[in-house]
Amino acid sequence: MKIPFDKLDKAFENRVRLQIMSVLAANERYDFNSLKDLLGITDGNLASHLKALEKEEYITVHKSFLGRKPNTNYEATAKGKKAFKEHLDALEQLIKQQKAT
Amino acid sequence: MEEKEIHGELSAIRNLMERSSKFISLSGLSGILAGVYALIGAGVAYKFIADNKSEINVFAENFRLKKTNIGLFYGGDYSALAEKLFVVALLVLIFSIGTGIFLSIDKAKRKGQKIWGPVSRSLLFHMSIPLISGGVLILILLYRGHYGIVTPCSLIFYGLALVSASNFTFNMVKYLGLCEITLGLIAACLPGYGLLFWALGFGVLHIIYGSMMYLKYDR
Repeated sequence: MKIPFDKLDKAFENRVRLQIMSVLAANERYDFNSLKDLLGITDGNLASHLKALEKEEYITVHKSFLGRKPNTNYEATAKGKKAFKEHLDALEQLIKQQKAT
Repeated sequence: MEEKEIHGELSAIRNLMERSSKFISLSGLSGILAGVYALIGAGVAYKFIADNKSEINVFAENFRLKKTNIGLFYGGDYSALAEKLFVVALLVLIFSIGTGIFLSIDKAKRKGQKIWGPVSRSLLFHMSIPLISGGVLILILLYRGHYGIVTPCSLIFYGLALVSASNFTFNMVKYLGLCEITLGLIAACLPGYGLLFWALGFGVLHIIYGSMMYLKYDR
């Protein structure tokens, strides 16, 4: 059976990136620390995955200050949302095909 | 990729989308308890009113005053009664909120979730707008002597607060809110039954909602 793996987005191969994208798809914006708490991963780990998504132009970064503390917010771009949706569709397609066999 | 893996991936996504955008530490038990407090409060209020009414009746008979029915009360001086009722309502509110916060923290802890985050922040923000505007309006109307307006107004604004908060928590909260609004509007049509509607809206509805939540999510 031929499975359309090629339709799965390479950027979402990593589970953390897919998780970040799902949070940003469900929320308009999310800040770094809340994202870290939610996913339960380290600063460095989260930062590197965010960088990767930013490089793909799937997310944009908004930096601001809350008092003196820096506050970094992330937002999914239209491109990122589209890619996320296509990735989910592809996953769904895979399940359907495997059910049929 | 195995089918199981894909299923795992999809359920992880769904779970995360829900957890990141909904406040799911609301406890059904706190709804039930809030309802019980409200019923106790309504009972105490009823006793105060009954005591006061007999005094006023004696007063009215002695002076052949015409009794005018406005809302809960009969004509006469009832600022002392209003004060007592205000304290009862305030105590019910404080106990309900306290229990709600305590049980939510407990539930969040048991499930290993954070209670304070962007979601609970927006939940509180969206809930407080109708609640504060309604609360201030009620205080203004009370100050001007419109006692009958308290029950319909508090039910309607509380319902509006629930509907706007429901975007950030269980969907069931929206239906509770709609029921409160409907009840508030009916109460506005039937002056004189304020306490009854107050007990129905804050007591009975909370107990029904709390039990449904408890059966659905807490067990």
